This record gives sequence, C-alpha cells and structure tokens, in this order.
Amino acid sequence: MSGPSLMDSLFQRTLEDLIKGLRQQLIGEQAFISKALEEIRKEIKSTDLSTKSTALLKLCYLSNLHFHDMSFAAFHALEVLSSPRFSHKKIGYHAISLSFHDSTPVLLLITNHLRKDLTSTNEFEVSLSLQCLSRIANADLARDLTPEVFTLLSSNKLYVRKRAVAVVLRVFEKYPDSVRVCFKRLVENLENYDPQILSAVVGVFSELACKDPRSYLPLAPEFYKILVDSKSNWISIKVLKIFAKLAPLEPRLANRVVEPICDLMRKTGAKSLLFECVRTVVTSFSEYESAVRLAVEKIREFLVDEDPNLKYLGLHALSIVASKHLWVVSENKEVVIKSLSDPDPNIKIESLRLVMAMVSEHNVAEISKILVNYALKSDPLFCNEILGSILSTCSRNVYEIIVDFDWYVSLLGEMSRIPHCQMGEEIENQFIDIGLRVKDVRPELVRVARDLLIDPALLGNSFLHRVLSAAAWVSGEYVEFSRNPLEFMEALLQPRTSLLPPSIMAIYIQSAFKVLVFCLHTCFVRGGSTAGVSASASYESFDDLSVENGADSTVAHGQTCTSAPITNESIVNLLKLVELALSPLLGSHDVEVQERARNLLGFVDLIKLEALNSSGQEENDSERKGVEATKIIRLVHDAFSKELGPVSLTAQGKVPVPDGLTLNENLGDLETICGDIELPSSNTFSFGYPSEEKDVSSFSNLQIKEDSGQSNESTSLLAEHRKRHGLYYLPSGKSEVISNDYPPANDPALLGDNNDNASDLVKLTAESLVPKRKPNHSKPRPVVVKLDEVDEKPVAVKQLESRDDSLSGAVRDILFGSEDILPTSSRSNLPNSNRKGKKKQHMITQVESKENVVDDGNSSSRRRKDHSHGKERRHRKKNAEERNETDRKEKESSSNHPRRHKSRQRAEEPLKVPPQTSVIPDFLL
Amino acid sequence: MIKAVMVMNTQGKSRLAKFYEYLSVEKQQELIRGFFQVLCSRAENVSNFIDAESIFGLDSRLVYKHFATLYFVFVFDSSENELAVLDLIQVFVETLDKCFQNVCELDIVFNYSKIHTILDEMVFGGQVVETSSSEIMKAVEEISKLEAASNAISLIPKSASGWRSR
Repeated sequence: MSGPSLMDSLFQRTLEDLIKGLRQQLIGEQAFISKALEEIRKEIKSTDLSTKSTALLKLCYLSNLHFHDMSFAAFHALEVLSSPRFSHKKIGYHAISLSFHDSTPVLLLITNHLRKDLTSTNEFEVSLSLQCLSRIANADLARDLTPEVFTLLSSNKLYVRKRAVAVVLRVFEKYPDSVRVCFKRLVENLENYDPQILSAVVGVFSELACKDPRSYLPLAPEFYKILVDSKSNWISIKVLKIFAKLAPLEPRLANRVVEPICDLMRKTGAKSLLFECVRTVVTSFSEYESAVRLAVEKIREFLVDEDPNLKYLGLHALSIVASKHLWVVSENKEVVIKSLSDPDPNIKIESLRLVMAMVSEHNVAEISKILVNYALKSDPLFCNEILGSILSTCSRNVYEIIVDFDWYVSLLGEMSRIPHCQMGEEIENQFIDIGLRVKDVRPELVRVARDLLIDPALLGNSFLHRVLSAAAWVSGEYVEFSRNPLEFMEALLQPRTSLLPPSIMAIYIQSAFKVLVFCLHTCFVRGGSTAGVSASASYESFDDLSVENGADSTVAHGQTCTSAPITNESIVNLLKLVELALSPLLGSHDVEVQERARNLLGFVDLIKLEALNSSGQEENDSERKGVEATKIIRLVHDAFSKELGPVSLTAQGKVPVPDGLTLNENLGDLETICGDIELPSSNTFSFGYPSEEKDVSSFSNLQIKEDSGQSNESTSLLAEHRKRHGLYYLPSGKSEVISNDYPPANDPALLGDNNDNASDLVKLTAESLVPKRKPNHSKPRPVVVKLDEVDEKPVAVKQLESRDDSLSGAVRDILFGSEDILPTSSRSNLPNSNRKGKKKQHMITQVESKENVVDDGNSSSRRRKDHSHGKERRHRKKNAEERNETDRKEKESSSNHPRRHKSRQRAEEPLKVPPQTSVIPDFLL
Repeated sequence: MIKAVMVMNTQGKSRLAKFYEYLSVEKQQELIRGFFQVLCSRAENVSNFIDAESIFGLDSRLVYKHFATLYFVFVFDSSENELAVLDLIQVFVETLDKCFQNVCELDIVFNYSKIHTILDEMVFGGQVVETSSSEIMKAVEEISKLEAASNAISLIPKSASGWRSR
C-alpha cells in the first residue's frame, strides 16, 4: 500500500484544485463531482494522514456545498482526529460537526479524542473540541465529558471559558444530571465582570429560561444587577429576554424591573435594544400603563421611520399590543392603513393583520369595503391574503361579527368577482353555510347566486367554479325566493356550462332538476293565476293533502315569488330546453353527470305528455292524465321542499353503539349481514354519501319509477328509520313531518366548521325564526368548543413539561437546594410534582441534610451510579473526588458573598417563609 | 439561538451553509432552495425579514442581507433580536472584508475553510460568542498560523520521508 499512498500524496489534488477544476470543467458538474468523489474514496483510505485529511476536506466541501452524502467517511474523520497536527484535527472536527448525528455508529468512539483535546493546553484545540461537542453531544457524550466541561468553566483563558459556558447548554439538555455538577459554576460566571463571559452566560440562561422560566426565578437578583449595570447592548437584550419570561410569573419582580426597563428605553440609542425594550414591555408588562404608553411612543417612531425594517418591527410590536390594548391600534389607524399599499410584502401582511384586529361588528362593513378596494389594486398574492383574512374574520365563531347578512352575502358575491380571487372554496363553503343557517338572508342569497350564474364570462375562470357550484346549489335549494325561476333554468343549462368540471356539472343538473320541479309545481299543482284550468282543478283536489307540506313555505311562495308568469307555453319551452341541453350529456364519461342527466330527462319524459296535453286544452282526457302527472310533480316537489339543516360534526358520535356491535370487526361477511336487512329503502340512506343531493336524487328517482303507493311505503319506512335513529338527526323546530328528504350527512360546507354542536344549532334555528335579522352572536359560545380547547391545551403543556422535566427538576434542586428555602411544601404545588419517586426520595435526603453541600455532591454521584455503565466506573471515583473538592472550595468562597450568607442565615428558620412566596428572596423586593 | 447560517449567490448557488442541528444533505438542499425562491422574488429596498416558519418550522425567523452577488442569511428563533442579528451579519461581512481586502464572491468560493473558521469564531453551537470583528480577526490569524506551523513540519510527507530513509 505504500506505493499508491506515495503517489497519492505527491499528486493529490488539493481543495483548491478541486474548486478550480469544478469551475472550469467541461464534462458537466455532476460528472466532474462523481469523478472527484471516486478519487476521494480512494485517497481517504490512505494510511498517510495528510492525504487522508485533504481528501476529507474535499469531501466536506462537496457535502456542504454540493449536497453529497459523506456518512461513509465517519470512521476516517475519527482517524484524522487522532493526528497530532492541528491542521488535520481541524479538518477532522469540521467533518464530524458536518456529518455526525445521534445515530452515527462510531459516535461513541469519539469520547476519548474529545477528552484528550478538552484537556489540551492549546486553547484552539480545546475550542475545536468544544465546538464539536456543542454540535454532536448526545446523552452518553454529555455524561462522560461533564467533568472536563466543569473544569473548563473556570478556565483562566477567556477564550476557552466562554465556549465552555456556551457548551453547557447542550450538555444540560442532553444530560440533565450534569446540572448538579456544573450549575454553581455557571451561576458564578454570572458575577464575572468580563463582558464576553457575561454575554455567554446570559445567553445560556436566556435559552434555559425560554424553556422553563420558573426554575430560574431565584436568580432574578443577579439578572437585575446585570440589567442595571450592563454596558453592552447584546447582554442587555438577552437579559431583557429573560425578564420577559420571568416577570409574568412574579408580580413583585415585574414591579421592580419595569422602571429600569423604561429608563433603558429612554436612554438607549441602539435600535435593537430599543426594540427589545418595547417588545418586552408590550409582551410581559402590558398592565403597566405608563410603560406601555412610553413603548407606544417608541413604536410610533418606528412606524414613521424610513427604514422598512423598523417600520415592519413597529407594526409587529403593534400587533402584540393589539391583543390587550386595542386603542393603540386605532390611534395609529392611518399609518396602518397606509401601510397596506407599502411596496414591502412583510409590511403589507403585518398591517393587514392589524386592520383585521380592529374589526368589530360596527365597522366590519366599512373596513371590508376598504380592503376589497385594496384587493382590487394589489398583486394576486396579497389580494388573496386580503380576501382570506376577510373571510376568516367574518366567519369567526359562526359569523359572530356579522349583523347585516344581506350585506355580507353580496360582499361574498363581489369578492368572487375580483379578478385574482382564488378563495373559491372558502366562499363556496360560506355561501352554503349561511344558506343553511340564516333563513332571512335566503332571498338575497338567491339574488346573488342569480347574478353569478347568469354571467357566462364567469364560467371560464376555473377559480370561480367552486363558487358557481355553491350558487347553483343555492338556486336549486331556495328557488322559491326567486323572482324568475325560468331565468335560472336558462342560466343552469347554458352551453358554456360544458367548461365546468363534471362534479360541478352534476350539481348544475341537479339544481336544474329542482328548479324545474318548482316551476311545474307552481304551474300545475298550485295553479295560481296563470296556470291552466286542469291544473287549478287538480290543485283543488289535492289541497287537503298539501296542507301537510309545510304551511309556512306555501305562504311564502304566494307572496314573494314569481313575478314573471309561468305559463304553459313557457313550461313547454322549458322542457324543450332541458331536453336540448341534456341529451348530449347522456353520453358523458362521468357517471355522476350521466346519471343525473338521465334522471332529469326521465322526469321530463313523464311530464311532457301532460304539459303538451294541457296546452292542447283537451279537458276530458287531460284531467285523468293530469291527475297522475300532477301527483308525481307534487311528490317530487315534496321531496325537495323539506328544508335542509346543518348537521353537527359530533352527530355521528351521539349515536350509541348498539349492544353486540364491535366496530373493529372484520367486514368480510358484510354480504350476509346486508342480506338480512329487509328494508329495501335503507340502502338508499347509507351514511357515506358525499352530498345530500345524491340521496335526494336517488330517492326521488326511486319515487318516479315506483307508483305512488309504493313511494308512500318508503316514506313511512324513512319515518321509521328516523324514529329509530332519531339521535342522529337534528331536532327540528318544525313538527315531525313525514318527509322525503334527508339532512346532509356530510355536507361539505360543514366539514370545516368545528364550532358546531347540536345545541348551538337548535339555538340558531330558533333564533333565525325571529324576524329580527340578528342571528346568533348574542348567544354564549358553545360549551363544547371551549371544552375542546381546554382538552387540547393541557396535552401540549404536558408534553413540554415531560420533555424538560428532568432538566428543570435538576435546576430546581440545585437552586432551591443552594438557597435552602425548604421547597417541600412549595414543591408539592409545582406543576411537575409528578416526578419519579426516586427523585422525590433524593429531595427528601437533601432536605434532611440541609446546609450540607458536600452531601449534595455525594448524592449526585450516588445518582450517577444509577445511570452510569460499568466501563465508566474508573472515572467515577476521580470525578466524585474532584467534585467534593470543588464543592468544598465553593463553600469557602461562598462566605465571601454576603448575599448567600444572609440567605443561609435566614434559612435557619425556614418555616417562617411562606412557601408560595419563597421563589424570590425578599430582600430584593 | 441561531439555527442556520447560509450564504448563497443570486443564482441560488450555495456558498456557505451551516446548520446548528443535524440535517440530512437532502433536507439542507431543500431548505436552501426554498429560501432562495423567496429571496430572489423580493425587491430591493424592502425589509430584511422573511417569514421562515413555513420553510424552517415553528419559531424560526429569518434575516438576510444582500451584498453585490451574495445573500447572507441567518435563521434563528425567538431568543434572538432581529436587529441585533442584522448587525451580526454586518459584523460577519466586515470581518470577511478585512480578511480578504474587498471581499468578493470568488474569495468566498476559494476560501472554504477560512470562511468556516471565521463563522465558528462568531457563532458557537448556535450561540453568538464574539461580536467584535477585530477580535475575530485576531483569533483567525492565530489559527491560520497554527495550521501553517503544523503543516510546515509536514512539507515532506511522512510516506516520502520513509521512502527516502529506506
């Protein structure tokens, strides 16, 4: 092997050669790189460390900047690490911190290399290994190297010490028990006067306090001193971050700190520090009026600044204030609204958020109008951002802030016509949702739907298709509010509907079906002023029956609708139109479209004869026939006229599972089970249909094909079904009509709506019956929603706690232990008192032997025994000794600190201190 | 905590990438591409912040600065101050400038190791340990000297000297 390694080292390409080659290559970058990689794979096996390390460096380069995996070289990196030369070591450490992670197999082999370099006399070598440790440390590494890190924490080389301080963060995180060893030294470094060390320590504490602020409350006096004395902006910012976390936990601390922060805010010239002060005040000191006022003053300076960064941050700070002091936003309304047209997207979005925060039920109309105007003018991205936030704000808590629904529905229509609008899906959902929930708005809804449907230009815009499908649905469902149903038919069947996707096409056809039935019903069954003689006769004969059919809706029909007369002639034209428009669709490739077209045409075939007859005025003949056809029309109309109501998302859950039904059972024998079901119609009512319309259509189809007697039978079956599964249905305010329709099991409009539960909906329907157009916002929010929120939150908190549990527990042990304020009573009401019994025991021993710091060291080494493995044993003795020694030193040195001493003295009578206030020594406050 | 430092040119080529938590190279590439997409779509003279949460995960902010053909990008979490990090970028670039006399993209291309050394002097395991460019320069020079010294001994490769003595 010595031959090739010599050649390699003499003619090896350096990193620079590689880079040059890469820039000048003619064979393509990928080809060049794979050739270079091949070379590297060969060179890296060399026994010569120079060759090896150069190869490794090249590999690092390719991995870092050209994203090639370098995990294969893990062991080689370790080998390079063992070189006595600094330059090799540096490459080795670089490679390791680039490529090693927790599951790298050779990770454990690195321990001794790190230990050797951590104890090196060369500060740069120590720095390299610390850097590496900060990047790759896992629990084992952190545990094994804790003693070395502990020693370095008091190194007299600043260069090393500040890095040792920084590495502690990772060591604590991976191996919480190291807190028992290192924490005191870390705290000692807080009293260091060197700004570099201080900056590092404060940085570590701000990270630690982020995760679990409560544990660090006892250190508040130190932080306070730093805040007051600090000359460095960097350190001040970090201390402010710490206080932003601590202050909300301890009002007395907040009282004490708020003034220095305000001072800092007044005096400082650095924008970064100023902003940090502002942010700290608005997040954590929002109940201090004067501080907030000062902060708002500074925010205003930011807002009018030329620098977009400051402007953005000002708006950002404003949005933090907005949650508690809305007046601040209204005071700066002009700036905020002006920022909507700022060229900077960040600023625009931030100001949009602020504008939305200002929305209330009084100004929603005004603000929406302004915003829609902005949306018209701005780029597509921001336009949709605006529309999205209008939609979500207005629909919040079941349209809480909307009072005038007529206005809102027409706004929805307006928004969908904005050229860049891509919010079709949301608008669709809201159209249907409002239709279902708010009865009084339906006439307006139908008007808006009409405007959308009759505009052929809109059909070409694919973003609008979802909106159109909602409009089509509305037109079919609430056709009785229409001034001119014939117009709807034309709109729904216009030739350009071929541009629609099949699923929406199907909705169009289904809606056309509903509209047609309505027209026929008005013309023949209800008769009215314009209908033919035979129809009016039949209307008389069926009068008694049709009373059943929702009296209120018939009344409404008579008054509001059909200003355009529906004559026999127009019906004939209508039927022709349907046939003309739909016959091509019989050959559609989409099953849904084809089926619905066939349904409708089948119906038209049935009706056509009568319509033609009655126009021919052959009374004798038509009367008999007419009776039959009218019957059909009436039945189908009944099928469509039952009002659809929203269904709660939790409805399914309310159906009790019958005895003997196991839901997890294999459904392989479903066939035999289904065979047992005698009711033919129950198949029609399966729960899984995508929309309610299919149910209705298939049922009505059934009806048409069967004669009326049979359909009556199936109606009664449905009634029986409802009776049995009554829980699944919403209790409707109306009398329990034997009805042919079926509430939407899976209405798409409802799927996104979590705020529902049945009781809420009852209220809603009850309220919408009240003539005043003020739907539901005065009602308290449903209880279930709140329960959901409450349920979710503790889960998240629990996770957080369990993650930090051991670390914060250890920190508390140290802090409370060292202050010797007996924590047993206060501990019991700490959130994570559910720690392991082992630790509790440890606490008790600690409490019993209070004051005994040496014992603390011993017990920590005892604890180490639980975790440590056999191979670690020989170090342990040394470590324990070392620790004892240092602890002793600490004890000595602690007498130099009058503060500590004092607290110890106080601890002699510990029970006087009320447990819940014991977190901060009183002399500070 | 600083989560990542990246330097990329206006063509989207990565010139320096440092992630303070392990990420697979594929993920790194994806992130850099993602950030570049956003960066190159931004106009001049707008604010230097980008919403990074959609790309980098929760609690992440991004500050960038655009110099000549390069974007300098720092990603960090809520325990850093945005404006302070912006200053930090300035320090980084100033240090590069001192180190290479009028730094340009080529300097960064050809001095892979040195750039990393400079960055490592500033940011240690995600924490800022040095903010003075003269201090950084001092340390970097020391390290270069040390490297040169250790390489000087090896001017004659070990294998070659072994061969000579044979």
